[in-house]
Amino acid sequence: MKIKLRTKKKKKLNGDPFSGWKENLAGYIFIAPMFIGTSILVLFPIISSFILSFTDWNFVSGYKNASFVGIDNFKRLFGDPLFLKSLKNNIIILLAIPITLFISLSLAAIINKYVYLKDFFKVIYFMPFISSIVAVAVVFQVLFHPTDGPINQFLMSLGVENPPKWIADVSFSLPSVILIMVWTSIGFYLIIYLAGLQNIPKELYEAAQIDGATGWYQFIKITVPLVSPTTFLLLVTGIISSFKIFDLIIVLTNGGPANSTITPVVYLYQQAFIELRTGYASAIALVMFVIILIITYIQFVGQKKWVNY
Amino acid sequence: MVQRLDVRKLVVTIIMAILGIVFLMPFAWMISASFKVEGDVLTFPIQWIPNTWNAVENYKEVWTGSMPFLLLYWNSIKVTVFTTLTSVMISSLAAYGFAKINFRGRELLFVIVLATFMIPPQTLLVTQFLLYRWIGLYDTHLGLILLNSFSVFGTFMLRQFYLGISNEIIESARMDGAGHFRIFFHIALPLVRPAIATYAILRFIWTWNDFQYPLIFLRTESLYTIQLGVQSFADQHGSIYSLMMAASVSAIIPLLIIFIIGQKHVIEGIQLGGVKG
Repeated sequence: MKIKLRTKKKKKLNGDPFSGWKENLAGYIFIAPMFIGTSILVLFPIISSFILSFTDWNFVSGYKNASFVGIDNFKRLFGDPLFLKSLKNNIIILLAIPITLFISLSLAAIINKYVYLKDFFKVIYFMPFISSIVAVAVVFQVLFHPTDGPINQFLMSLGVENPPKWIADVSFSLPSVILIMVWTSIGFYLIIYLAGLQNIPKELYEAAQIDGATGWYQFIKITVPLVSPTTFLLLVTGIISSFKIFDLIIVLTNGGPANSTITPVVYLYQQAFIELRTGYASAIALVMFVIILIITYIQFVGQKKWVNY
Repeated sequence: MVQRLDVRKLVVTIIMAILGIVFLMPFAWMISASFKVEGDVLTFPIQWIPNTWNAVENYKEVWTGSMPFLLLYWNSIKVTVFTTLTSVMISSLAAYGFAKINFRGRELLFVIVLATFMIPPQTLLVTQFLLYRWIGLYDTHLGLILLNSFSVFGTFMLRQFYLGISNEIIESARMDGAGHFRIFFHIALPLVRPAIATYAILRFIWTWNDFQYPLIFLRTESLYTIQLGVQSFADQHGSIYSLMMAASVSAIIPLLIIFIIGQKHVIEGIQLGGVKG
């Protein structure tokens, strides 16, 4: 019986002589902790979140007070000015990605070819990325202080009469957040770009040099197109992770002033854990989930059009 | 062959170094402010080297004051070390399973696990919170540890390395009668040690920096981790900047140490994964 099973499996599993129920069992045992954990902490919550989003419930009031409200939460959500504002803010925050892409690629191109002590520069630009965002946010709170902060004192000493009030000003708070985001993520992008640059054949640059192409021309015509797969990867991860920014905003501005830095995640947090509207917060979660799924899908389809592999 | 010093390269290096200094100025300012008496923190022009030193007093207040960092450190170390250990263990077991054992349904299960990677963790917070309250893991360190222990990133990354181990080694060990557990512990694990180190360091840094899970899943102040502590410290001492900076420096120092020790591993891991999670 056992032998029969083995031969049957053998065909399926590329000639591996070790298969059968023992092999299956071993496989399940090895992946069990991971799979069970993920099921409990991810699959189960996503399903229950789906159900909860159709209810009007506050977790403090107990299960009895949950009532099914159909798609009311979603209807309300798309008429909710704060939610719409949070979505708009997130779209503005996406500006940080092209800025970071451009700065990091330029830095990477320079570090890759034109400097001594490459590793040293890698570490320097990488530092903000590994540092705790909470600590960084606390430091920038002081640096951005409208009157006494070092940044504005510096600007005033340069003769700027009315420097921006940064995180205290409704129109400058979001750009301030973007500025810190760019600063913290340059290191990450830079490291990935450096890896991408290693794959460009040196002959291309040598040939261009013989033809008399300037450094800038080489950058635009060789470097930029040839790292486009890397750019694509960073764009995908960047857009998706922009929807996850939480620490920075909670500590730096808490969504303020006047909700000018609110994002869907911050709004979700406020609705779920401060306003205690469990059903409504679940609806926000579901909408975010769908948005991210759509973005991922679009990027997946769109990549063929402009990425050079 | 002796390389000649290239003047142009030297000039660019110097310009980049100056840029680098500007880039790291927020850190320099933070460290310098943490050594000052409060009155000197916001003086302009900035005194990069304090006129009056107050370092001992500032750090003493942060480490033993009303929000004692000694306790926060202990909590953070406990959570981070256990998370790293369990996560490395669980991920490498699963990675070995997915890479080297031919079991029924392997592809399907792997796709399911990978798919969960697409789900933004924030969309799960509400129901995870409810689940935790229901099973009694809310407001416990164990709960916090479990949240980061099942890492798809770790599983995926380590699987790539296990795939690199030749099947002949494993098959010949099996011919000799070794089971998968023996092979895993005695052959596979030692072979992927560099990858394990990379993942462990990344997991350590991410867990140490985690703010969102502690914020939502902890309530008792004596259980707070360092990030949560820095935030409530800033709330309490919002106007005493020298203390806030000493707190921030304290939160970052372990990261710098780990980063400097494992620099190569961190950078490799980031390049390999291309993602944070």
